[in-house]
Amino acid sequence: MSGSEADLRIGPATDDAHPRVTVGRYSVFTRVNHWILALSFVLLALSGLALFHPSFFGLTVLFGGGQTTRWLHPMIGVVLLLAWIVMFVRYARFNLPENTDFAWLKGVRAVLRGDDDALPEVGRYNAGQKLVFWAFTLLVPGLFLTGLVIWDEYFYDWTSIPQKRVAVLAHALFAIGMITVWIVHAYAAIWVRGTIRAMTRGYVTGGWAFRHHRKWLRELVAGRRSRPSPRVG
Amino acid sequence: MTISVNPPVTATPPGFGAQDMVRRSASSIPPPARQPEPVTKLIDVSKCIGCKACQVACLEWNDLQHDEEIGVNVGVYENPHDLTPNTWTLMRFTEWVNPDTDNLEWLIRKDGCMHCADPGCLKACPSPGAIVQYSNGIVDFDHEKCIGCGYCVKGCPFNIPRISNVTHRAYKCSLCSDRVAVGQGPACAKACPTKAIVFGTRSDMEKHAAGRITDLKSRGFDKAGLYNPPGVGGTHVMYVLHHADRPHLYAGLPDNPRISPLVEIWKGMAKYAGLAVMGLTAAFGFLHHVVAGANRVTEHDEEEAERLTEDRAA
Repeated sequence: MSGSEADLRIGPATDDAHPRVTVGRYSVFTRVNHWILALSFVLLALSGLALFHPSFFGLTVLFGGGQTTRWLHPMIGVVLLLAWIVMFVRYARFNLPENTDFAWLKGVRAVLRGDDDALPEVGRYNAGQKLVFWAFTLLVPGLFLTGLVIWDEYFYDWTSIPQKRVAVLAHALFAIGMITVWIVHAYAAIWVRGTIRAMTRGYVTGGWAFRHHRKWLRELVAGRRSRPSPRVG
Repeated sequence: MTISVNPPVTATPPGFGAQDMVRRSASSIPPPARQPEPVTKLIDVSKCIGCKACQVACLEWNDLQHDEEIGVNVGVYENPHDLTPNTWTLMRFTEWVNPDTDNLEWLIRKDGCMHCADPGCLKACPSPGAIVQYSNGIVDFDHEKCIGCGYCVKGCPFNIPRISNVTHRAYKCSLCSDRVAVGQGPACAKACPTKAIVFGTRSDMEKHAAGRITDLKSRGFDKAGLYNPPGVGGTHVMYVLHHADRPHLYAGLPDNPRISPLVEIWKGMAKYAGLAVMGLTAAFGFLHHVVAGANRVTEHDEEEAERLTEDRAA
């Protein structure tokens, strides 16, 4: 685990006396990459919905009209793909399945109650977060490839009209999946208080780590002991 | 039939307009107050001599630029090689040896928009009002509202609309809606020297076609018939074919065209189910937050974290 991603700081935090333990979760690079992803996703969802359902066509005014929306949407898609590749390469190893993931998923009732004590101790990511990660991993390339097939301005001649019909339907279905998974992702971050700080400031409180990712916290504490100069402030 | 009538020289108000729309892309509209008799263009391929006067008339009337590359010959009579944003109608030539008679038959078909009663282009179009269908049967594109997405290309069962990479808008035959509005037939029909293309009311065209088919049958074309495919609800451009049992002989005219089921799902079920899935997921989140409340870190958690880290630090 890279030092910059997971620093354990004990003692008064920089901005307030409480909490006493803070745990670094995301580096500046990760956070910037995440927010590029987030922004491009939101723009893609808005412009995509505008082209998908007449009720949302009015959203095209946000992009300067239908013509610009049609042109911009795939361009933003390329930005999202690149940001996702960066995210995937750096985070896939933290999202590999473990035995405890199945027990966590079986305890879905406890998860929804927010009763973390009734669940197995969770490492850096819980099974739900991993599922979101792998769902995005399937959906982003799926959306990119089907998007290429219907990116008529540059790639019209690459495919036949029957192929484009398959792609345009698959693109819509993948996008519905993407937005649905994103709703779960965004809601979980809001519901579990203290989570969003990990993506804005880069750290979480010790209590947050203890409550939701206890195994991860234990590993950090154990790992710090073996390092030559633990960052204890 | 209107084609032999000369145009009026005084200003004529249009005979139909926005109040006569029966369908408007990505919108729901009230039914029009009046129902004129639908119009139809009838193309009798058995009378066509392949002169391309219709193509020229189409370019001329619709003020289209011939932007095709010069100097390319791939050994067929088609010129240009396909419909383009500036070629709304195209003579397609097929050399076919009839296995029954061993005769070489030169099948010539004037390709272009069929003005379907159930238009796939309109169904697929995401831009409100960019494609409209009038009560007289004409399916027309409003280029001002077109966003150039190419969905109409995917919706069309006949492979007709073309997107210009210059203007980024879709183009196809309008059935000369501007001419029809002032009581004139389409330019192609007007120019046709053999009257293989005729235009008029639906019932007149059906009568005319029946006469032509009887004539063709009496000359030995016992499979002669009318091409008015029911899969798209019928079309307002119909063909008289001498081999009506095999439309595909005529440069791949679809035997039984229909809007692709993929397009139907995309523009039907997927639209409603998709909104439902996304909406229900968001609603579940909202309800869950109301019922379960925020998942907060407690003071106890902070103390436990402190204890855990202090134990190890010691």
